Amino acid sequence: MTKLSSLISGIIFGLGLTISGMVNPQKVLGFLNIFDEWDPSLSFVMVGAILIFSPLHFIFKRKSRPFFAQSFIIPSKEDIDKNLILGSSIFGIGWGLVGFCPGPAISAIAFINIDVYIFVLFMFVGFYLGNFFLIKK
Amino acid sequence: MNIINFTPLSALVGGLLIGFGVFLFYIFNGRLAGVSSIASDSILKSSNRIDNLLFLLGLIIGPIFYSLSGNEIESVLTNSLSLIIIGGLFVGVGTKIANGCTSGHGVCGISRFSIRSIAATISFIFTGVVTVLIFGVK
Repeated sequence: MTKLSSLISGIIFGLGLTISGMVNPQKVLGFLNIFDEWDPSLSFVMVGAILIFSPLHFIFKRKSRPFFAQSFIIPSKEDIDKNLILGSSIFGIGWGLVGFCPGPAISAIAFINIDVYIFVLFMFVGFYLGNFFLIKK
Repeated sequence: MNIINFTPLSALVGGLLIGFGVFLFYIFNGRLAGVSSIASDSILKSSNRIDNLLFLLGLIIGPIFYSLSGNEIESVLTNSLSLIIIGGLFVGVGTKIANGCTSGHGVCGISRFSIRSIAATISFIFTGVVTVLIFGVK
């Protein structure tokens, strides 16, 4: 059953990315272009998503287990470490260069554009390299 | 600073849908829908692999449904191959090292009031803004 809920969650998430305009790198770059011509839309996307997930997640937190799995898996780490800031900063540079973060880049596979495939391919190469860096440390 | 292309309604509606997708994944699968983790786990880990791949497939089906229902989707990507390659690498390496991206930290983490995710979100928006300030919108 987790297979079905994974697929449906992904479809709704992908619809949201599409309707919000996040699948358009140009729009995302407009959000980051604060000092010139700014498109504040992306802040509404984040607020909308948090507005739904935050209260619902706190309500269901008291539930002992999810419907289709044994338990909730929540990251336990709470400290702000060097990897968190270093990694996020590197991610932000890539995001600012192209305007894609992982979700919209994968949704954009639907657009049959070779440049999107190159981006996604190198993003996965990046996952490998990042994982290698974490293991070596 | 001028405000241009501002689409608050579609942004908010899209955001609410994203939040709902994240909620369904949480309440049914018990997992947080951080796309960078789901994507990297799908190649690096064998646990939940089918679930992860189906979620990613869903992300691709979303825009297909939207366009099949007669809507236009705008998506303009830079035509600089070097930017695409460097950008993809940075996004992959960075989100792997930080263990999260816009969805994992920006949506799921902030929703849980995680201090780590708030710090991560401030960091990537900051470097993103500085990058666009330096390189412009290409």
